[in-house]
Amino acid sequence: MIMLEKRPQPSRGWTFATPVVAVVLTMFFGGLLFAALGQDPLVTIRTIFLDPLFSEFAWFYRPQLLIKGAPLVLIAIGLSFGFRAGIWNIGAEGQYIVGAICGAAVGLAFYPMESFIIFPLMVIAGASGGLLWAMIPGLLRVRFGTNEILVSLMLVYVAEQLLASMALGALRNPDGMGFPGSRNLSQYESAANLEIIAGSGMHWGVLTAFLAVIVAYVALSRHIFGFNVRLSGQSPRAARFAGVNPGLLVLICMAISGALAGLAGLFEVAGPAGQISIDFNVGYGFTAIIVAFLGRLHPVGILLAGGLMALTYIGGEIAQSNLGLPIAAIQILQGMLLFFLLAVDVLTNYRITWARKIA
Amino acid sequence: MTMKTLLAGATLALGLATGATADGHEPTTVGFVYVGPIGDGGWTYEHNKGRLAVEEHFGDAVETVFVESVPEGADAERVMTQMALQGADLIFTTSFGYMDQTIAVAEKFPDVKFEHATGYKRADNVSTYSARFYEGRAVQGHIAGQMTESNIIGYIASFPIPEVIRGINAAFIHAQEVNPDVEFKIIWAYTWFDPAKEAEAASVLIEQGADVILQHTDSTAPQAAAQAAGNVVTFGQASDMAEFGPFPRVSSIIDDWAPYYIARTQAVIDGTWESTDTWDGIGPGMVAIGEISDAVPAEIKASAEALIERLRTGEYHAFTGPINKQDGSVWLADGEVADDGTLAGMNFYVEGLTGDIPQ
Repeated sequence: MIMLEKRPQPSRGWTFATPVVAVVLTMFFGGLLFAALGQDPLVTIRTIFLDPLFSEFAWFYRPQLLIKGAPLVLIAIGLSFGFRAGIWNIGAEGQYIVGAICGAAVGLAFYPMESFIIFPLMVIAGASGGLLWAMIPGLLRVRFGTNEILVSLMLVYVAEQLLASMALGALRNPDGMGFPGSRNLSQYESAANLEIIAGSGMHWGVLTAFLAVIVAYVALSRHIFGFNVRLSGQSPRAARFAGVNPGLLVLICMAISGALAGLAGLFEVAGPAGQISIDFNVGYGFTAIIVAFLGRLHPVGILLAGGLMALTYIGGEIAQSNLGLPIAAIQILQGMLLFFLLAVDVLTNYRITWARKIA
Repeated sequence: MTMKTLLAGATLALGLATGATADGHEPTTVGFVYVGPIGDGGWTYEHNKGRLAVEEHFGDAVETVFVESVPEGADAERVMTQMALQGADLIFTTSFGYMDQTIAVAEKFPDVKFEHATGYKRADNVSTYSARFYEGRAVQGHIAGQMTESNIIGYIASFPIPEVIRGINAAFIHAQEVNPDVEFKIIWAYTWFDPAKEAEAASVLIEQGADVILQHTDSTAPQAAAQAAGNVVTFGQASDMAEFGPFPRVSSIIDDWAPYYIARTQAVIDGTWESTDTWDGIGPGMVAIGEISDAVPAEIKASAEALIERLRTGEYHAFTGPINKQDGSVWLADGEVADDGTLAGMNFYVEGLTGDIPQ
């Protein structure tokens, strides 16, 4: 009989092996799914996972991976602090939206003036917008003990309404013939989040995402703050004895995740998306939660997980247009990835044993 | 133009030179970018029917590719670029929100023709096309005004853009014409396709006493909600939605893109394609009215069919004065007909409608 036996402590080997095994299992069962849809499974898997990196047009797709992955990584890094400490900010999508609105508003206020100072101001406004939006659930939890999961999630819907109102009202393009949506920031030089090296996909948001990974790595593994965060997550009581102020920790974690989500929104609105529109947000804030867990809440893991998610999005689009695969099949593949991750994760804390019959 | 964008253009051009471009011997490739899933039963479903008609009409001479559920923004730009890179000769981008992205991608691929649905920005290789759906709305209003017993007509609106506002106005004018006591209750769903939201909106409207529901969203959820309520009349939107007939669905507006898609593909094959702005209605067949079911009394059906005929021949324009704006000021004098410019940018309600257009 197969039995699960709890390990005395989480297996270090499985912690690293889990994501790899999950990816392999996803490829295998994804291949079966594609075969059932009448596709060649090997060709399909190659199209999704390898074509964006190595095909004839990889020079176009590789930069796109950075563009698609950067907001995911940036947001996920911010979330990972809180998640480690047991503070659940589920509303990064809302902070992303508010960051974009604040940053875009600053840029549009200067239009059509050209100055090098405009973009830095927008960056500050974007980070502040996200930070302040995250402070609402943070302060409510610290002051009144409300549940930050619920409050931060509900504020996403408030932010979406605010976004619609901005696209239709205050930030609407006066030259837009009555259509909703702001001016295109990517066509306004001082406000545009352009590529730092042309054709590389490396815009300021990508650079910030890489920096965030490094800073988070140092903070979590080499700094007392990271120790406090981890301690609070593992043993809140011990953390209090160690002198950690739980309220302050909540506020700091919410502030970090809010500010990074706001930054991601700002870099997106000023660059790839270009404008505030009614449905500007496409779910990065929610997908980033998956990325954070897929990356084991570890900065380097998050970087890899963000890249992998971006790969399935871009490879999925190629598979749709080249092989005629329905989008639902791609979404199932992405779902499988998380499913297998959680399933295989059991092996980190448990080991499989063959229980012998005792005579 | 900055050095950066110049360089980016050069990189792309370099890639193009090595990439696949269509020569006379290959089949012409036509790409479609869809905002919803092809199974939405409404907007995207009809565009996809147009695509299938192109395939059937040209056989082996034309190959079509498509990507569904593409978010408006950076993702759309990537999907279009990818299609152009893979050798598409003609690309239809079928949502208003793809406007800036279509223009941006078209700039990088001067040899690829683009067709953007419902937008207003054109270029040498970008055409726009849309249908005069408001003619269909006039017919809906005409039937709805006579079918309602509570004199309350519910309207599920998507986004407050001219397209949608035009529809509300056209429906209201023609409902009021046959029933001076009629009242419109409008809910803004801020989505084109979200069955859950649409069903909720329909339920709210029914609770508020509406016994006719008009929808400018694409799913069949409002039809199902009306069916459950039992005594509520609906109209199919974008697609016939005949499966909900003969009641609650008593008629529909059908978008028929097939003739246009075939004609434009032919133009690309012949080398006669030019940038144009097409806005066709019932006359040329881009807008069709689905069969009026037997649930509609014979005399109402007859007068509705007479109205369709007058719209078809051009004898009557759906916006013919006297029509006042909501604030009571004169818009169209007696016998005056609305010009296309005003209609294209329509951002006001006509007299008699209550509430404000969201700003």
